[in-house]
Formats: sequence, structure tokens, C-alpha cells
Amino acid sequence: MDVPRRQFLVESGRWLMLTGVAACAYEAMLAGQPVDAEYEMSDHWWGMLIDVDKCIGCGLCVKACKEENNVPDSPYYFNTWVERYRVQLADREHPLVDSPNGGADGFPALEESDDERVFFVPKLCNHCIDSPCTQVCPVGATFRSPDGVVLVDEKYCIGCRYCIQACPYGCRYLDPRTHTAKKCTLCYHRIVKGLTTACCEVCPTGARQLFDLKNPGDPIHAYLREHPVQVLKPQLATGSKLYYANLDGTVR
Amino acid sequence: MHGVLPGVDGFMYPNEVELQWSVLIVLYPYLTGLVAGAFILASLERVFDVHVVKPTYRLALLTALAFLIVAPLPLQLHLGHPERSLQMYLTPHRESAMAMFGFVYLWYLMGVLVIEIWLDYRRDIVRWWKESRGWQRALYATLALGVDNVGPRALRIDDRVARAVTIIGIPSAFLLHGYVGFIFGSVKANPWWSTPLMPVVFLFSAMVSGIALVLLLFMATSWMRRRAIDMPCLDTIAKYLFYAFLVAFALELLDLVHRIYEADESFLALDFMVQTRLYFSQVVLQIMFGTVFPIALLALTQLWSFGERTRRWLYATAASAALIGILAMRWNVVIGGQLFSKSFLGYTTYKMEFAAAEGLLPAILVMLLPFAVLAVLLIVLPPWEDEPAAPSA
Repeated sequence: MDVPRRQFLVESGRWLMLTGVAACAYEAMLAGQPVDAEYEMSDHWWGMLIDVDKCIGCGLCVKACKEENNVPDSPYYFNTWVERYRVQLADREHPLVDSPNGGADGFPALEESDDERVFFVPKLCNHCIDSPCTQVCPVGATFRSPDGVVLVDEKYCIGCRYCIQACPYGCRYLDPRTHTAKKCTLCYHRIVKGLTTACCEVCPTGARQLFDLKNPGDPIHAYLREHPVQVLKPQLATGSKLYYANLDGTVR
Repeated sequence: MHGVLPGVDGFMYPNEVELQWSVLIVLYPYLTGLVAGAFILASLERVFDVHVVKPTYRLALLTALAFLIVAPLPLQLHLGHPERSLQMYLTPHRESAMAMFGFVYLWYLMGVLVIEIWLDYRRDIVRWWKESRGWQRALYATLALGVDNVGPRALRIDDRVARAVTIIGIPSAFLLHGYVGFIFGSVKANPWWSTPLMPVVFLFSAMVSGIALVLLLFMATSWMRRRAIDMPCLDTIAKYLFYAFLVAFALELLDLVHRIYEADESFLALDFMVQTRLYFSQVVLQIMFGTVFPIALLALTQLWSFGERTRRWLYATAASAALIGILAMRWNVVIGGQLFSKSFLGYTTYKMEFAAAEGLLPAILVMLLPFAVLAVLLIVLPPWEDEPAAPSA
């Protein structure tokens, strides 16, 4: 076959480019498939409300999360954890904080003191609207889904850990089994089926409430009308959707 | 977590206890800084017509190339999935500072450094091609891309293009290393990193380390070749090292004074860290031994006249201290930025292993590798202008 060199280059270049485009389009098409046929991502906008006054530090949420989400058992890794704050009335700037085993086994008893205030603060991914973690991912392996949940594609994550550095709340870690970044998924596999998260499910006091801001029937609307809520580190403007009620200003 | 986890003082968010970026990530800005600094020194001769440093021109370019080739290696070794690293090129996330690294790197390597070195060496490569035999002949013919036109017009074009490439290369070198600073400086979650000064501080410290490295290599290679060291050249490099050092130190002081005076919410936590866990590496190694001491030595040589031998010693000592100081600076940025909790309520400890994947041993090997690459480059492309004969490779 006698093909001039120039024509060969042009043709092969065109084919190479088109194959790439087709592959990307196919991948995008697959990625757009709904997780559940009846679940429409654009109809939801997920977040969580935590009432600090209701948390008793039992740690059931931490245990349930570890089990439900196959979180590594070693003490360093948590999708959710509970912190105990002891704020000295005379020195509010320097709270004493502990979280033994992420609070999974509860907390050792403290001696009663009139000089301090003690409370528990459950923590998890803030599922930020302007997530610093998704911004820095060099390959887009971590992203915010159209329904407002920050997720990690563990088949695409390269394990550079930039997202772990970028999260202001310490919510991410590198899973030692997959060598990819891992974090709270807001039990995505459950919420698309109409269930609540594992941590909300087991909380005995209802301190955690999953909410869907796009659902007009969600009690969150009434709650937000009547109660002030706060987010953690508001100065960082991450657009956190983890709302705290009765949060003390000393909590970081 | 009081007393529960070893190495932790106060409170860390549980996921923060383990450091994510190891000693290998310390080496990455160190290596790219050496590249940028060496290149900027080389450009002094070509763009700014500082002809007295000509003897170091090619050496500086080859040094930049050797270190640039190795620069991505520590990143690659650090990745959880190194086999996926190509994704950064194929599906880059445009909002990510890190995603652009691949492109800046490739541009700098292929668009600037390799082209400049090739154009500068082309005449010699053609000569070595014609003078040598066997595999060497094939090697140089390949390096010359099969073109043996070294007529006056072709060389004139080479020179003009190389000058243009160098002019583009200077902002590119600034971009390469300023950008590395941006990777850290843009992390708003981390007050130790988050400052717009970071890219500029990185850049000037890069110039210091690169110039210091070429100065030492120039002295070492002259000594190994049993040639007298070109003192006017050495004096000039030392002078530029001194100037770059002054700017770098002024910028670091500015950052420091600003932090102390502003004393924001993170200040107490960071101040405590510098006075305890980072005291040796930050105050002793980086500031006293790695900055004040060499600046003082270089200042001596600017203020008083010394004999050649003394000057050589002073320069070599100052340059060595500078290289240690800048390495300590990279350490303090990368490791220091992970020792404190983002809750500002506690500190963790970095436990460096020795023979592990991200341990001290691979770090030492990564640091030695550029010198091995440079040795090969020096054999294949001898930069010495006083040895016109074909290389004996």
C-alpha cells in the first residue's frame, strides 16, 4: 500500500485522537449511571446535623461506622470519631481534649469538677461544598457528587495524600490495605436506598441527624428556622454541610 | 489521646497521628530547587552576559538536567499507586496545583533544558561524532539527530535560538520552583504552609542551593581534573550566592516577623513547635548553621581581601553550610507542617524508618542518584572548554 508519509501521520493522528475521545465519552457515560434506578442524584443535597448537647460519648456511632464501612481497625483511622472537650472556666483558650480509640469504647470517667464544662463532639467529613480536598486532587479521584457528598474513587486515586493535607478537619487517611485515600462516604451505599447512615442509625440519643436540604418534607427546614447552627472553622470558607447545634466556641 | 499514643503530646485528630508526607517529599522541593538554582546561574552567562562565570555554564546546565531527571523519583516512590501516576497527564484535574506539576516539569525538561543543552553542545556533538568510532560514533550521531551541519549560519541560528530558550527558561525555572512553593503555600488548612510568600521564599532558597551546589561541583571537578580553579569565576559565583542568600534570608525573616507580630490563632502552637520539636532542625541547622553562618562567611569575603586558598575554603564551607541549611529548610516546611495538629492542641512525632520504602536509605539513594547521572553526563558531554579532544567514554 502506498500511503504518503504526511497522509499517514494525519490519518493515524486523527484515529488516535478520536479513540481517546470515544474512550473518555464512554467512561463519562458509565459514570453518569445512577447507583440505584429510582435514585435521582439531582433531587438531593445531603448534610448532617449534630446536636452537641445530645451526645453522651457512648461511641456506638464510631463502632457502627467501622463495621459498616470496613474502616481499618488500627487505632489511627476513623471515618467518624468522638472528641471529649474539657473546658476550664478560667482558661477557655486551652481546652483539654481526648479521644481514646476515637471514642469507640466510650471515655474513661472523670472526677466531677465545678471548674470545667465537659461535652462530646462527634466529628466526620464535613462534605463541604467548596472542599479543599477535592480541589487539590491531581487526578480528580475525589469529587463532590451532584447530591453533595464528597467521595473517593479508590480505583482512580494515586495515593499522593495531598487531599489528606488539604482537609482542615483531619477527616481523611490513607487506607493501608488499598493505599488510597479513604474517608466518610455519608454511607452513600445506604442513603441512595433511602436508609440513613450507620452512625445516625445507632445513635441512642438522636444527636446525629442526616438531612436532605432538597427534600421539602425534611424536618431540617423547621429546625434551621428556629435554631442557630454553626460549622467548624467557618473562617476557612469550605462550605461545610456538617451543622452543629449548641457548639461551644472553643471547639476546633 | 493523652498518653494513649506514643509520640503524641496533647490532642491530635486521630487521623493526623501518622505523618503522610515523608522524607522523600522533603527531597522533592530540594531537588527541584537545585535544578532551578543551577539553571538561573547558567543563565547569568548567556542572558545577562556575565562572561566571567562561563566556565560553569555547561556544568550548571548538566547539573540542572541530572537533578531534574531524578526530581520526580521521590514522588513516584511515595505514591500509593505509582502505576497510576500517568493519570496526572491523561486526566489532570485542572483545579489542582499538583496536577500541573507534570506539565510544568515536562515543559521545563523538554522545552527548555534539553533544547538549550543540545543547541549549546551541537557543534561538539557533531565533532565527536566525526572523530569517534564504533558505538560512540553511533551514540553521537544519534545525539546529533543525524544532522552534521555546523556551518557558520547554522551555528549562528543555534546561538540565537538557545538565547531565546534561555530567556524563556528563566521564567520557566521561576515557575518550576515557585510552583513547588505554591503546592505548599496554597494549603489553607495548614497555617505553617499557607502564606503567599511561600513560592518566593522557595524560589530564592532554590537559587541559594543551586548556586552553592554548582560552586562546589566546579571546585570539585577542577580539583579532580587537576586544573587550577578559575578564581575570578569562583569569586563571582560566591558574590551571587551572597546576594541570593541575603534576599532569601530577608524573605524568611519577613515571614517570621509577620507571623510573630500578627500572632494569629495558630501562632502559639507553631511557636511552641519551633521551640521544641523543630528547635534543632529549624533554629540550629536552618537559621544558625545554614543561613547566618554562611552569610557571615560570605560577607567576610566581600568586606576584606583574603588569599586564594583562604577564599576557597571560605566559599566551600559557606556553600556546604548553605546546602545543609536549605535541606533543613525543606525538612522544616514538609515535616514541620505535619507535626502539629490542625486543632492546634497537640503534636505528633515523625518516626523515620531506615530501610523501608519511604525510609532514610531510599532517601540517601535518591540524593546520590543525581550525582551518578551527572557523572554519566559529564563523560558523554564533557563541559570543559579547555579539553577540546574527543571524550574518552
